[in-house]
Amino acid sequence: MIGKYVVRFAALGYLAALLAAPLGYVFWRTFRHGLGPAWAAVTTPDAVHALKVTLILTAIAVPANTIFGILAALSIVRYRFPGAGLFNAVVDLPLALSPVVVGLALLILYGRGGWLGGHGVVFALPGMVLATIFVSLPFVVREVVPVLREIGTEQEQAAATLGASAIQTFTRVTWPAIRWATAYGVVLTTARALGEFGAVSVVSGRLAGKTESLTLYVQDRYQSFDEVGAYASAVVLALIAVTTLILMTTLKPKEETR
Amino acid sequence: MAARAAALPSPKARRSPAPGLAVGLSTLYLSVIVLLPLAALSWHAHGWEAIASAQAVSSLKLTLGVSMVVALVNAVAGTVIAWTLVRDRFVGQGFVNALVDLPFALPTIVAGLTLLALYGPKSPTGVNIAFTRWAILVALLFVTLPFVVRTVQPVLLELDTEMEDAAASLGAGRLATFRRVILPNILPAILSGVALAFARAVGEFGSVVLISGNLPFKTEVVSVYVFGRIESGDAGGAAAASVVILAISFAVLLAIGGCRRWVTRHDR
Repeated sequence: MIGKYVVRFAALGYLAALLAAPLGYVFWRTFRHGLGPAWAAVTTPDAVHALKVTLILTAIAVPANTIFGILAALSIVRYRFPGAGLFNAVVDLPLALSPVVVGLALLILYGRGGWLGGHGVVFALPGMVLATIFVSLPFVVREVVPVLREIGTEQEQAAATLGASAIQTFTRVTWPAIRWATAYGVVLTTARALGEFGAVSVVSGRLAGKTESLTLYVQDRYQSFDEVGAYASAVVLALIAVTTLILMTTLKPKEETR
Repeated sequence: MAARAAALPSPKARRSPAPGLAVGLSTLYLSVIVLLPLAALSWHAHGWEAIASAQAVSSLKLTLGVSMVVALVNAVAGTVIAWTLVRDRFVGQGFVNALVDLPFALPTIVAGLTLLALYGPKSPTGVNIAFTRWAILVALLFVTLPFVVRTVQPVLLELDTEMEDAAASLGAGRLATFRRVILPNILPAILSGVALAFARAVGEFGSVVLISGNLPFKTEVVSVYVFGRIESGDAGGAAAASVVILAISFAVLLAIGGCRRWVTRHDR
């Protein structure tokens, strides 16, 4: 019986030392002198602009990857086409690839002397958007694919034989089945897009007040020895992460019990 | 039912133009977003002597070495945590279960900053591991924590306790039951989680960049090395090292695919 408590203590101790304690300490440090200094630090023009850039990146990447995610999941599960195996592998690639490599690839393609160079993509917002889309691409696909597999095609076939068009079949039969999985994928995509650092760091040029996202701003503040600013903006990102966690936990059971 | 389904004419949806459209659009998107940049990267990778440079080799060795340790620690810690979440009952279990996903939701730069606050030079605990290889290990353990837990947890949930009861009734001790009955069942899941954690560790950048100090030959991981090459304007050398990382990522993905097939075979 003692063994049970040893295992529990080991697991919880590991989680506390690695996750809970560092995060709790940063929250405490940020707010130990009250809300005032922290609020002042995250409402400077550069901080507000960085938050805006992050929201713009997310607002473009998430819808684009959601539409792609549903189309790609339908392609993978419902249709046979040449190169399907490769398609599947390439969808997973952003999960395993270093974000710095992603940034460099975009820099080479759209940078000076690149195949598509000279259109003001790199060191500007479009390049950051492309980087964010790249790294957050797989999540909706990965959540929707298993659900599409599980529900099978019987209901879709029934709808089709009853005269429903492809679009009607999708909106009336397929979509209601995959919407929670899609929602969960959207939450994961959003978290990844908001938090992207490495790829955006390479392609942005990091111009404060121009091409600096909130994650880049955190690093910028830390390296300028502005600890209050760094911790306060890190806490903003952490609060968004905690909100994401709550959404993830509330969406998960619905997905599993359906 | 099956006979009736077979007698039906082939479904209309497949003959409509929609399938071609879905496949075509998503292939186009994937090509423009992912394949085209990676093709440009591979095309421009020159300066292969850059990969053979002592600094590049050292950063690659360090990254692979630490990532292997990270994979091993995760294999044990992830399994123990998954076990605690599935087989144990205690107050606040739901909270702990949600907490495990935190590294997926938290931006990596924030993860690095929080670790630096508690385990860095100004730590209130007196533990200072900043700018050492231990710092890289801890940062990578932070960001890779959920992988093994989340692959092992569902398998443990579905595992019947009957087999364990049978083993126990035949006189097997708790350790023997775990080793002979439970472990073989969850091993494919552990391995696929470990592979994901390894792949993530090899490419990690944000959580490491602040806490590792990035000292060449000592605490510089390969992502940071590539970043440094880019900053010094050596895109060709950076691309050459990147192609090596790309190859490792692809190999790990293929290995995970193999693990998944193994898992589904065991399910049946």
